[in-house]
Amino acid sequence: MILNLQNIYKNYNQDKLEVPVLKNISLQVEEGEYVAIMGPSGSGKTTLMNIIGCLDRPTSGSYELAGESVLSLKDRELSSVRLNRIGFVFQSFQLMPRESALNNVSLPLSYAGIKKKERRERAGKALERVGLADRATFKPSQLSGGQKQRVAIARAMVNNPKLLLADEPTGALDSKSGRQVLELFQKLNDEGVTIVMITHDVNVANQAKRILHIIDGEIYDQNPAGIETGEEGSV
Amino acid sequence: MFENLRLSFQGIWSHKLRSFLTMLGIIIGIAAIIAIVSTIKGTNEQIEQNLIGSGSNNVNVQLYQGDWTIDFSYESVPQGVPVISEEILREITDLEEVESAALYRYRQDYDGVYYQNTSLSGGYVYGVDRDYFITCDLLVQKGRGFVDKDFTDFHKVAILDEDSANALFQGENPIGKTIEVRQQPFVVVGVVTKKDVFEPVINSMEDYYTYAQDSSGKVYIPEAVWPVPYRYDEPQQLVVKAGSTSDMTGAGKKSADILNGYLTVSDDTVSYRSENLLEQAKQIQQLSESTNRMLIWIAGISLLVGGIGVMNIMLVSVTERTSEIGLKKAIGARKTMILGQFLTESAVLTSLGGVFGVLVGIILAEVISKLSDMPVAISIPAAAAAVVFSMVIGIVFGLIPSYKAANLDPIVALRHE
Repeated sequence: MILNLQNIYKNYNQDKLEVPVLKNISLQVEEGEYVAIMGPSGSGKTTLMNIIGCLDRPTSGSYELAGESVLSLKDRELSSVRLNRIGFVFQSFQLMPRESALNNVSLPLSYAGIKKKERRERAGKALERVGLADRATFKPSQLSGGQKQRVAIARAMVNNPKLLLADEPTGALDSKSGRQVLELFQKLNDEGVTIVMITHDVNVANQAKRILHIIDGEIYDQNPAGIETGEEGSV
Repeated sequence: MFENLRLSFQGIWSHKLRSFLTMLGIIIGIAAIIAIVSTIKGTNEQIEQNLIGSGSNNVNVQLYQGDWTIDFSYESVPQGVPVISEEILREITDLEEVESAALYRYRQDYDGVYYQNTSLSGGYVYGVDRDYFITCDLLVQKGRGFVDKDFTDFHKVAILDEDSANALFQGENPIGKTIEVRQQPFVVVGVVTKKDVFEPVINSMEDYYTYAQDSSGKVYIPEAVWPVPYRYDEPQQLVVKAGSTSDMTGAGKKSADILNGYLTVSDDTVSYRSENLLEQAKQIQQLSESTNRMLIWIAGISLLVGGIGVMNIMLVSVTERTSEIGLKKAIGARKTMILGQFLTESAVLTSLGGVFGVLVGIILAEVISKLSDMPVAISIPAAAAAVVFSMVIGIVFGLIPSYKAANLDPIVALRHE
């Protein structure tokens, strides 16, 4: 089991008021799964994603990543978990605007202390994997939205993590580019990468093998009747 | 590290105007300090040059009574000052600091030296040994120098320096002419001149009193015939040539110590002492430095202001790049890496400022020297220290912004658009 979250609670302090965001969430994901998490904005899905991505800590509960309890890890060790075992893809790509595609992809490799020559090689291969080998020297401003997101996916995958976390990966893309990104996810999943994706788009979520719903901080396997968790997208 | 440097230069280059304005405080501060230090160094070198002259590194070791040299024109010869023998002299020349040494006696004579009716008033008469001219870097310009026979056969010959030749002969060729020293005839056989003619730079009356050289002229005769115009058994003086300018103090002190070891005087205020030109130079230097030191502190304030400016811009830069920092942390950058990146950027920024500051400072120093006749000397160690110091400023004032960046919460940072 790659993800095992038990009884996760998360409260935020707002003006001395404890606001519960996640309530008693338990979630298991097996290796090689492709999971979509749906929910309206404010439902807590990004918070859950941050906890899964070791960017945030829950108020209470337990979380094992590939059998290892990560909540007891120090900041430094969490950095290493994020570096080697998790890949992140964001809605707004988050590329370094002044760096070439190749340099953007090799950024995590430099954090892993890999020598320049090997960095270039591996980043080049990762770009090949997302079909952008010919755009290696391009700056983000010279790339289309879809290409930017594929560079971001190459960056997420360059350290060969087992888990890919995507937060609204098609949210800023037109339908054609969105489809390309989803095809890429499918290909990665076929190669054995576990994918957890947040979306509020039903059509995007339908690409996944399993769909979960978050409403008001609680998680459901099925969409509870009467509550709108997503909207019809154009994909 | 290398990656951080590349990123820093890229960041600085992409905000050229902002980076330049940020550096300006550092540039002005460093430039001011370099200009001041160059002026101090230039003045110091000039003081030393003026006092020591160029190249000869001569130190006189003379017999003192109390704080004054003994003038044998008026005073009697003190008891217990032995003749400086060959052995004693060898002891001195064997000193590590001493290149060569020579013995001499001298008088300032107001009414003793004549050529026909012309008097060399206030001139000096030197009774010198064989090594004197070599030790003092005196070269024969006309005629000949002293030869062994002059000493062994008591030849009454004299050699003039240029000043005395001019004063006595006024352009006439002095070689072969006879001059009188205390009514004794001496035949002029040569004219000598200093190997390196050195004119001290004199900018004020004060400088004149401190540095002006006596130009009354000198007449040299072999020591063997000294007793002819003057007295027997007058104590000898010593002049040593030190191996280098920095050895002058040591050479003088040690030689004086050796000579004093042979004294058996009853009056214990009588002793050999070396003139210490370096020490004298240092005292004058300290006087001139103390005023300029204040200026360095004032320039230091500019550096402080510059440092605060750097801190301010770095804080802005951290805020601007919040989402970049968030992303980097999300994909696995550790705190220390973020800290390193921002510290490097800040240090590169101020180091560049330091380099520009040194260049501007050098130009400023040259301009000052052109405009005001102040001597300047660029000090390489000071320039290097200035660059290192500006790097330290960058690190110190970059600490707070870098620390802030390193401790940004990645979630907050990522949400920041």
